[in-house]
Amino acid sequence: MTTLSRPIGAPGGGALAIAWSRVWRARRLVERNIMVYRHQWLIIFSGVFEPIFYLAGIGLGLGGIVQTVPLADGRLVAYAAFVAPALLATAAMNGAVFETIFNVFFKLNFAKTYDGVLATPMGITEIAIGEMLWALMRSALYAVAMFFIMWAFGLILSPWGVLMIPAALLVAAAFSAAGLAGTSYLRSVNDFDVPMGLIVMPMFLFSGTFFPISIYPWFIQAFMQATPLYHSISLIRGLSTGIVGPAQAWDLVYLVAFFAFFMWLAMRQMERKLIK
Amino acid sequence: MSPHPSLVHARGLTKRYPNGFTAVDGVDFDVRPGKAFGFLGPNGAGKTSTMRMIACSSPVTEGELSVIGMDPRTQAREIKARLGVVPQIDNLDTELTVRENLEMYARYFDIPGDVARRRTDELLEFVQLDERARDQVEPLSGGMKRRLTIARALINEPDLVILDEPTTGLDPQARHLLWERLYQLKRRGATLIITTHYMDEAEQLCDHLVVMDKAHIVAEGSPRQLIDEHSTREVLELRFPDGVRENLDGRLDGLADRIEELPDRLLLYTADGEHTLDQVKQRDIPIESALVRRSSLEDVFLRLTGRSLVE
Repeated sequence: MTTLSRPIGAPGGGALAIAWSRVWRARRLVERNIMVYRHQWLIIFSGVFEPIFYLAGIGLGLGGIVQTVPLADGRLVAYAAFVAPALLATAAMNGAVFETIFNVFFKLNFAKTYDGVLATPMGITEIAIGEMLWALMRSALYAVAMFFIMWAFGLILSPWGVLMIPAALLVAAAFSAAGLAGTSYLRSVNDFDVPMGLIVMPMFLFSGTFFPISIYPWFIQAFMQATPLYHSISLIRGLSTGIVGPAQAWDLVYLVAFFAFFMWLAMRQMERKLIK
Repeated sequence: MSPHPSLVHARGLTKRYPNGFTAVDGVDFDVRPGKAFGFLGPNGAGKTSTMRMIACSSPVTEGELSVIGMDPRTQAREIKARLGVVPQIDNLDTELTVRENLEMYARYFDIPGDVARRRTDELLEFVQLDERARDQVEPLSGGMKRRLTIARALINEPDLVILDEPTTGLDPQARHLLWERLYQLKRRGATLIITTHYMDEAEQLCDHLVVMDKAHIVAEGSPRQLIDEHSTREVLELRFPDGVRENLDGRLDGLADRIEELPDRLLLYTADGEHTLDQVKQRDIPIESALVRRSSLEDVFLRLTGRSLVE
């Protein structure tokens, strides 16, 4: 019977070994999602074009009038170089949010996919981390595509810009954790309007995406600085323009803490929803 | 923990939901290897809650439960690795094809790709879905989905297969095909746990049964034992013309061991149904129709709870 009692994937036992075995097992859910999307790659690819359209539409359009924008350190840069890193951050957010809200809601409430998965050695931790990793991969595709466009058009102003990719992964991790946690509170498809219309959309407009937040009154600025997208944009724009200081360190801390809290909440909520 | 000879061992097993409802109230049972073990009872008796606790998908509130010698509280993943679960409501992956459903499920169990493909081929043949391998799941009939769910539950070559109401909602032909497949599975030596509210299903498939009602186990034994213990050999079913039944005035007294009154007929429990029918006729009681049959589990259930299984 001793062979039966051994925890799966953890020959020596120990909390760390068990935790790692769960994270490692989570890749199965990524495999599952790849299997699903093998037939429908276009859906994912469509997201690549969104930031490019914004860059072409607003970057060139507004850029024709505005021309230069002051950065936090007082330098003046071309409008396109100002807005492109924000669009990269937003693309990372959108990939993560769409995946964890719409697709996870469907699997959680309609298809009952996770009920089937939970009858295997996969647990809640594996499902939550698996969906987070998959959302991360989707976001990474958008971020990398945007990175090369910025590079091709000379919009990356600093060697720090290379770090935009790992930073975008952190942004995607933070938003996918929030998406997973938020989805568990949604009861019907109509509830989608709340996160999309009241949270994601206003955040997109009011997080310093298109304008430096210094042009707003202080109380709006305070509100903006509390949002995760503000910190995502501040971090990624900092890397792309070579502003790397205490503000960016704070962005990093904020995003890591945001990720940790919402990942914890997501797992607790999924457990409540799936284990009765 | 001491290893148990039984695959599932429960003592005082209790499930209480957060809303205070007690679905399972202190039940004891043991499932022996190589047998088909059945939970028979009406909807809401606590069968599914018991199954979900065994399958580690619902935490045990109180009592002792060991599954394949392990504790669901601390070794859920290890137990699930060796179980096959067919839930009451199909939860196949609707975004994958028939074949992908099995191959992907194998991956959740860490079964290597080549083994997964080989088992998928074998199982699709076993449940007679090999010709639908490349199809989507949604257009399949109810019976086909059930068979695919059963194939999926067998992908890890489980020591114990749990089937929650495997044929509910299927047409008679699909039920018989499914029973035949489950019978084959039993012959191969698999241990099955089946819940059902169909007595014919319990009689056909189960070696050992527990009868559940209102969160409790009310009887236990083989289908034959249960009938012998709790019912007579035969049953005489009588229907009367209008107005007769209300005015019987005890004229059936002494004819049967026990008389059960159903809304549309009376059941007379007796060793020899034909003989009892003759006696009824001798007493000049007008009858619309009479049927003599052997006692079934339905009669056992009626006797034990005063209610029918399927209402």
